[in-house]
Amino acid sequence: MLSLSRRRALWAYAFIFLPLLLFAFFRVYPLFQAFHLAFGRWHADPGQRTFVGLDNFRRLFGDPRFLQALRNMGLYMVLAVPGQVILGLALALVLNALPRGRGFFRAIYFLPYITPAVAISWAWSFMLSPHLGVVNRVLRWIGLPAQSFLTSPAQALPTVAAIVVWQFIGFHIVLFLAALANIPKELYEAARIDGASAWASFRYVTLPLINPTLVLSIVMATGSPTIGILQLFTQVLNLRFYDPGGPVGSTATIVLYMYQVGFKRFELGYASAIAVLLFIIIAVITLIQYKLTARRID
Amino acid sequence: MWGSKLPKFLFWIYLYLLVLLGAVIMVFPFVWMFLTSLKPLPEIYTLNWWPRNPTLANYYAVLQTYPFGRWFLNSVVVAIITTISMVLLSSVTGYALAKLDFPGKRIIFVGILATMFIPTELLVIPWYSMSVQWNWVDTYWGILFPGLIHAFGVFLMRQFFFSVPNDLLDAGRVDGLSEFGVFWKVALPLMKPALGALAILNFVGNWNAFLWPLIVTSRRDLFTLPVGLAMFSGEAGVQWNLITAGATLTVLPTIIVFLVFQRAILESITASGLKG
Repeated sequence: MLSLSRRRALWAYAFIFLPLLLFAFFRVYPLFQAFHLAFGRWHADPGQRTFVGLDNFRRLFGDPRFLQALRNMGLYMVLAVPGQVILGLALALVLNALPRGRGFFRAIYFLPYITPAVAISWAWSFMLSPHLGVVNRVLRWIGLPAQSFLTSPAQALPTVAAIVVWQFIGFHIVLFLAALANIPKELYEAARIDGASAWASFRYVTLPLINPTLVLSIVMATGSPTIGILQLFTQVLNLRFYDPGGPVGSTATIVLYMYQVGFKRFELGYASAIAVLLFIIIAVITLIQYKLTARRID
Repeated sequence: MWGSKLPKFLFWIYLYLLVLLGAVIMVFPFVWMFLTSLKPLPEIYTLNWWPRNPTLANYYAVLQTYPFGRWFLNSVVVAIITTISMVLLSSVTGYALAKLDFPGKRIIFVGILATMFIPTELLVIPWYSMSVQWNWVDTYWGILFPGLIHAFGVFLMRQFFFSVPNDLLDAGRVDGLSEFGVFWKVALPLMKPALGALAILNFVGNWNAFLWPLIVTSRRDLFTLPVGLAMFSGEAGVQWNLITAGATLTVLPTIIVFLVFQRAILESITASGLKG
């Protein structure tokens, strides 16, 4: 006869057996496989794959298209992360102050986040088209010069970044609104009685109390699998479908280049090296962000 | 709180105008997409705001001439199967991790949690390599196997199962239920709101998925809706009336799901954010 705790443990193993098998087979094994493939030349028949050591990685640092994508990622980060976090926080503060309609506006701002990026990208690509696009019509209507947006190497990347901010800002607003709702009202009362200005009560009451959410928001906007700018792909591919990453590579991202190398040229070993390097970049940046922000505001 | 120097009502009017302007920017692309999808092609070039001769012909063309119906069905099948699997498996795993004791529990939890941080683009190459080896390319199984389980669901369900009192589970055991019976008949029914939220989030996530379905399908009749829309739009060239009709069909289900389940979706985002 099994003891009660032994029997319960066996039940637990029965519960988690299939899920663990799936995790092992579709997450953990592919993770190691990705590193393994990065050191080789790929072939559909595993027997014919060759080991090339660090060649794929060495090649990356002499590959102008990869280096350009890397530079672009820096620009995307500088534009889209503060764009999402600061605008998201500002809008959340405004919405939070509204006596009425907070829930309604929150839902409106959140809408683009849950709609398919492919459809959104095509809609924007139509709206931003220099001649047929509605955005240039609005600009002319209010007396501003028409812009070339996605067709100019100088404007294309900021335009993509703006669309990303537009799409994901609602996610940040929802996070910040929840954090703001958790701040006790008495703290603001106390600050007001002490004669604190609006800025002071934001700086010394709001900011310290929402700091964990601020960190989460920054980290997610940068590297999360769902909205991280470092994993930008779908928007870039669909916004300029006939020349993804263009004009002249100005909007290319690392994932887009990995996709082109891996699934247009079928150099899966080289593509794996790109993915592994990106994985390391994301991990390092995320760690740095945690270190810099986690204890900063007290 | 702010702006005490401005007359109060003027301050509120400006604030509302600002928020309203933002809301218009958020919604306008969807409105424009829909309006354009009602216009005959020549009206795209005459640049009129409102459709002069509104027509459903674009939708008819998209559904009759192109396999949008089939892509829609593929997306529904993939999203439903992955959602059922994900919700069931996340529940059993989350329950075991929250409510049962067994050797190795902690390391298993940390291990599962760690997989949440593996970026998809690192996995797609090995997934593709596996799919080539085992002939999963251009099959439903190939599209959906990565979505069968996800650490986020396990993490979320574990959090929710912590809130179930142990006394309740013990009462079920005293009544002669097996461990599975306790889970299925006592604990799981308490989780209905959480299960609903997880299912909706996962359904939307799978509905929107693009990179992996794009890689693993090359046959037209197996495209999911986002992949089909991208390929179709690429071929449609400047027929923006057709592209926007296709885009509207792709967006519409998520908007409906959002309008119906808005509360659950926003609450689960908040819950996961505040706990994570």
